[in-house]
Amino acid sequence: MVALRVNGQEKNFDGDPSMPVLWYVRDILGMTGTKFGCGVAACGACTIHVDGEAVLACQTPVSAVSGKTITTIEGLDPNGNHPLQVAWRDLNVPQCGYCQAGQIMQAAALLKDKPHPTDADIDEAMYRNICRCGAYQRIRAAIHQAAKGA
Amino acid sequence: MTHSSIENVSRRDLLKGVGVMGGFILAAGLPPIGRARADDAPKYGRDGMPHGSVNDPRVFISIANDGTVSIVCHRSDMGQGVRTGMPLIVADEMEADWARVKVVQALGDEVTYGNQDTDGSRSTRHFMLPMRQCGAAARMMLEGAAAKRWSVALTDVEAKNHEVVNKKTGAKLGYGELSAAAAGMAVPAVEALKLKDPAQFRYIGKEGTKIVDGFDITTGRARYGQDVFLPGMKFAVVARPPVLGGKLKSYDESTAMAVPGVEKLVRIPSPEIPSAFLPLGGIAVVASNTYAAIKGREALKVVWDDGPNATYESKAYRADLEATARKPGLVVRKAGDLDAAMAGAAKKVEAEYYIPHIAHATMEPPAATAVVKDGACEVWTSVQSPQAAHDLCAKALGLASEKVKVNVTLLGGGFGRKSKPDFAVEAAIVAKEMNGTPVKVVWTREDDIQHDFYHTVSLERLVGGLDASGKTVAWLHNSTAPTITSIFKPDPKHEAPFELGMGLIDNPFNVDNMRIENGEAPAHTRIGWYRSVSNISHAFAIQSFAGELAAAAGRDQKDYLLDLIGPPRLVEVSKAVDNFWDYGENVQVYPIDAGRLRKVVELAAEKSGWGRKLPPRHGLGIAAHRSFVTYVAAVVEAAVDEKGNLSIPRVDVAVDCGHFVNPDRIRSQIEGAVIMGIGLAMNTQITFKDGKVMQSNFDDYEVTRMPEMPGVTNVHITPANYALPPGGIGEPGVPPIAPALTNAIYAAIGKRIRTLPIGQQLAA
Repeated sequence: MVALRVNGQEKNFDGDPSMPVLWYVRDILGMTGTKFGCGVAACGACTIHVDGEAVLACQTPVSAVSGKTITTIEGLDPNGNHPLQVAWRDLNVPQCGYCQAGQIMQAAALLKDKPHPTDADIDEAMYRNICRCGAYQRIRAAIHQAAKGA
Repeated sequence: MTHSSIENVSRRDLLKGVGVMGGFILAAGLPPIGRARADDAPKYGRDGMPHGSVNDPRVFISIANDGTVSIVCHRSDMGQGVRTGMPLIVADEMEADWARVKVVQALGDEVTYGNQDTDGSRSTRHFMLPMRQCGAAARMMLEGAAAKRWSVALTDVEAKNHEVVNKKTGAKLGYGELSAAAAGMAVPAVEALKLKDPAQFRYIGKEGTKIVDGFDITTGRARYGQDVFLPGMKFAVVARPPVLGGKLKSYDESTAMAVPGVEKLVRIPSPEIPSAFLPLGGIAVVASNTYAAIKGREALKVVWDDGPNATYESKAYRADLEATARKPGLVVRKAGDLDAAMAGAAKKVEAEYYIPHIAHATMEPPAATAVVKDGACEVWTSVQSPQAAHDLCAKALGLASEKVKVNVTLLGGGFGRKSKPDFAVEAAIVAKEMNGTPVKVVWTREDDIQHDFYHTVSLERLVGGLDASGKTVAWLHNSTAPTITSIFKPDPKHEAPFELGMGLIDNPFNVDNMRIENGEAPAHTRIGWYRSVSNISHAFAIQSFAGELAAAAGRDQKDYLLDLIGPPRLVEVSKAVDNFWDYGENVQVYPIDAGRLRKVVELAAEKSGWGRKLPPRHGLGIAAHRSFVTYVAAVVEAAVDEKGNLSIPRVDVAVDCGHFVNPDRIRSQIEGAVIMGIGLAMNTQITFKDGKVMQSNFDDYEVTRMPEMPGVTNVHITPANYALPPGGIGEPGVPPIAPALTNAIYAAIGKRIRTLPIGQQLAA
């Protein structure tokens, strides 16, 4: 039995403790905001926060988050108005949008660390998050915009 | 909230025939004057597509009593913004307030909605007019209802921003108040529709529109095919034959079933090759969650009979392509006397270009959920072609068409991969064995990379002859590549007209002596449409070679490119070749306009500061290409350091797509096309060994990441020209990027790249 907290709610999981958090939140909890992109920590689509740190859910077994606090895109802001979410909408960042939850979660962790990141800081943090539609220019701009408001 | 559809008593057919129309903008859609309008006359554009188009407002629009206007989007959104664009057209024409519009995604049902096959950069091109007609009809019905209510003449009322105004009294009636009465009005005949003058547009062609799914996407609420979640559902992954045409020999069921959570194995039959859009067959491992299904598949010890394609090996195949391209091929276009001109040329330039297979690698791997219950099947999936998914699911299950329902989710990328609904058919086949329990078939990234319908692999051989002044007087192009039609018929050998028409035989260059050939090439894997398709290889070769010719002539690339394009004129390719495809359009309406191509070259050059002073080891490259009836030119600034590291400080792209709906989505499509073009130039390639794909995930199939993006990408859209018909935008941005980049690399360090991807070729 693994006890954890997901977006402020206490959860207990008695299934296979080696199950990646990705599949736990998607298939067991039915929270599909966290996306499956590669399964091998190579694309960033499944980025979540564990105790405030950006983590790739596809490579994090449930056993590793026992007693920890998980935040997914659904829990980033109660009204969906985190400065990054606002900036993302303002600049029409998404194309297909599939990677954007992961991008936003990665960027949110970055801003917590570095409230006013440079382009190089953004590249370094966002390198692991692929956007196959190629919205990178707007992603970078939206991070700067959100940082300005912070 | 109750929605009362706009109903009426008139014949729906009144509005269905889109051949006859009024207004100056619409003349572009008319066949050339004098052509007989017989049923057997060639059909173009939307009329040439299965199920054509529908412009009935009752199909697309409903108005709730509270005034909420629901507009159906019948095309699939994979990031191009069509769920915003199509309803925006309707809203503008019907004078709806965009803030009070709700977008409803259509089921797969082309009889009701018209063609839904969302590819070929066709949505705006084909549906701008029918959607405008829908909106105009709804507006006129609302005005009619208000005039009736007030007992005034139609000329005394006017629809404006979600209400109808009585011009005499100033009284107003909201759309919600008029909903029921408008539903009782006759739908105007298409000849009677009064479309807006483009000067009156409020949304079409204007800035400021936010995408309709922005909130859902940024909050994790958006649902893609991978995200369908139904109570009690099961999850499946499929073990498929690793080689095209392979068949299951044996497998050990017990090892898979021993994995906790695995509940069932379902055999999927392997089809005969060519297999079109059918699943490859294999074994589905069904489990209580995706993780267990993946573990179960790992435990499944399968032995495959690989079949005849097991000999497919990319290096050897390239050698075959080279040998073929060096021999005379099928002549697909010729002008003048090529051999004489070549023999008399003062200088001869030869080059061979190689473009590998590419996998789509949409961020969302394919996925579909199905339930089969009570003799009916319902599917939820992210497909570009919901009707094809519908038909193939019905066929696979032996069900009547009306017993199948296909719901279209958001698509996490498409790029042509999801126009092939094999994954939806897999879900239907597995669901049939599930006693009414819904099941989702999840493709892992490995499945996606290794079982795609790949962009073709091609060898492009060019020979140019220059006269003493440096002018190109002879042009020989042999393009050899396996064809997409190989998935539909056995060994077609040659490219189809739609492939030849993607930048090869429609070469707009003004060269007197030209011969274009196509060599024979067998296919050993599934070849499919990949964003901009054959234009990728053709444009890479032609635009690179234009750069090589400029260098041979000692001329500026841009000036030389303009000379090759020649004076502004309509290029009469249709007279020079048989079966000129022209993207399914009427060449009278969508001619190859050298003047428009010149203008995007000039615009990109001007905006990029062509000729500006650059630091050492920096260079500018240019390329221009017409595809999907849109004209695009790109200028790339490349920098290569002493170690061979490539960076791209700046990209400028000029686009002329006639007129358009949403300029923001044009910019985003081009920004994305630049990233994809850079990716296929720098890194992405699929190779085969023993008939199997050697790459498996984003660690070895490398796509563009943020640090590789250009310092800045500027998109320059030529102003909307309503005298021109709308073009396409999803694909045409891709083809010029790779050659502009490699031309820039040549300008920077004098190294000519002829093999894609660049990979380690620049390493010192």
